[in-house]
Amino acid sequence: MAAPVAKLALKGVHKRFGDKVVLDGVDIEVAPGKSLVIIGGSGQGKSVTLKIAIGLMRPDSGYVAVDGADTTELSQRARAENNRKFGMLFQGAALFDSLTIWENVAFRLLNADKVARKEAKARAIESLARVGLPASVAELYPIELSGGMQKRAGLARAVAATPDILFFDEPTTGLDPINADVINDLIVEQVKRLGCTAVSITHDMASARKIGDEIAFLYKGKILWRGPAAEIDRTGNPYVDQFVHGRADGPIRPEV
Amino acid sequence: MNPVQAVGRSTLGFLRQAGAVVIFAARGVAGLLGPPFFFSQFLRQLMAIGYLSLPVVGLTAVFTGAALALNIYTGGGRFNAEQIMPQIVALGITRELGPVLAALMLAGRVSAAIAAEIGAMRATEQIDAMETLSTDPFRYLVAPRLLAATLTTPLLTLVADIIGVAGGFLVATQSLQFSGPIYVQNTWNFLTSWDIVSGLIKAAVFGFIVALMGAYHGYTASGGARGVGRATTHAVVSAAILIFASDYVLTSLFSGKS
Repeated sequence: MAAPVAKLALKGVHKRFGDKVVLDGVDIEVAPGKSLVIIGGSGQGKSVTLKIAIGLMRPDSGYVAVDGADTTELSQRARAENNRKFGMLFQGAALFDSLTIWENVAFRLLNADKVARKEAKARAIESLARVGLPASVAELYPIELSGGMQKRAGLARAVAATPDILFFDEPTTGLDPINADVINDLIVEQVKRLGCTAVSITHDMASARKIGDEIAFLYKGKILWRGPAAEIDRTGNPYVDQFVHGRADGPIRPEV
Repeated sequence: MNPVQAVGRSTLGFLRQAGAVVIFAARGVAGLLGPPFFFSQFLRQLMAIGYLSLPVVGLTAVFTGAALALNIYTGGGRFNAEQIMPQIVALGITRELGPVLAALMLAGRVSAAIAAEIGAMRATEQIDAMETLSTDPFRYLVAPRLLAATLTTPLLTLVADIIGVAGGFLVATQSLQFSGPIYVQNTWNFLTSWDIVSGLIKAAVFGFIVALMGAYHGYTASGGARGVGRATTHAVVSAAILIFASDYVLTSLFSGKS
């Protein structure tokens, strides 16, 4: 029997900025309904991998496929259409300052799907409720929310249009441990509810263990190890081991 | 590096930048040619660029008109030609100073604001977020600003023309003993419709430049807060230089016409 088509695949992806090689032949496949977490130190290419996967950046070589179709060289219009399959929670939430929270959450519904404002608002409030935010925040502006609430609103926006693939860029960065755990729980809950595929990047191991079915370790632009999240503590790989346990001693030397 | 290399590198850099601006402008204009068009964004920009710029443009125009009247009266006195002051003020304001000064004030106020807003959106990944939400930032952010600035700058210039001529009128009648009705009649009889229309055409071009420079430098900003500051400065300076350069080109094109 043929293997099922990967929901998302990156094949032989290379990317460099000037002389600096950031991605050096990254191969990643994520099966439908699975959650992959990419871990790695700062500057190892995690964000670039995510941006290439979602089409915000083009690889120098290699390709990205969604549902088996190459999406590397899409026109602007085709890209917008393809992006309907995606939802993304950005590191700083990236809420639009000039719009209220409900307008942020309903942004795709209002501007891409042309849903009527009344219906879009109702769906936005429903989406906010799913991430534990009351309807009273709907009329507030992002600046009036705490960091944790902004992350929740960002998650509500990412899931509002029921995407097929959810991307999470450092979802717990900048949050206290309790709020970080709340966000992790919400991510797990929403991914399960939607039955979608998830790709996250983080260097927060608590988050990686909680939200990932699988973990991939990115080092110097290559996937050095990949396996089930439950096996992250017994990989036998000294690089992964050093990173997971946050030790200064080991083969990884932080760049200065 | 030898001087030839330096000149070559600067030239290539300039051409690369010019090409990038042209492509950016083409994408912005293309955003106006087909759906979706974000009308609410357009209305918001009409208000921000047009209506809210009225005070600064009006104040600039009234003082410029008044100062121009005094200078032309003084200069004209050397040839016993003080009486043609109303006509020269009207001509200077409508053909040159109205559109150029209105556009320069917009370069300071609007280009800077657009660059800072879009630059901050770039720095905080809001533009990336917009793309992931299936919305083309060129259609949502750039196209409405280009259209709003291109349409409102001629209207602001028309207001500047009227207020500028009124500034000259006030000085002439209050300080220089000109007769009010004769001043108005001389101005009215002298001006041709082309004097006004040519200034408004210039203003439309300047308005496009103002929005384009703000949007381009904001959109391409990088490097956090410092990058946004740099984008704002570049937007204002490049808009001002392009306004002067295009003013010369347009004035040359219009110079044969009356």
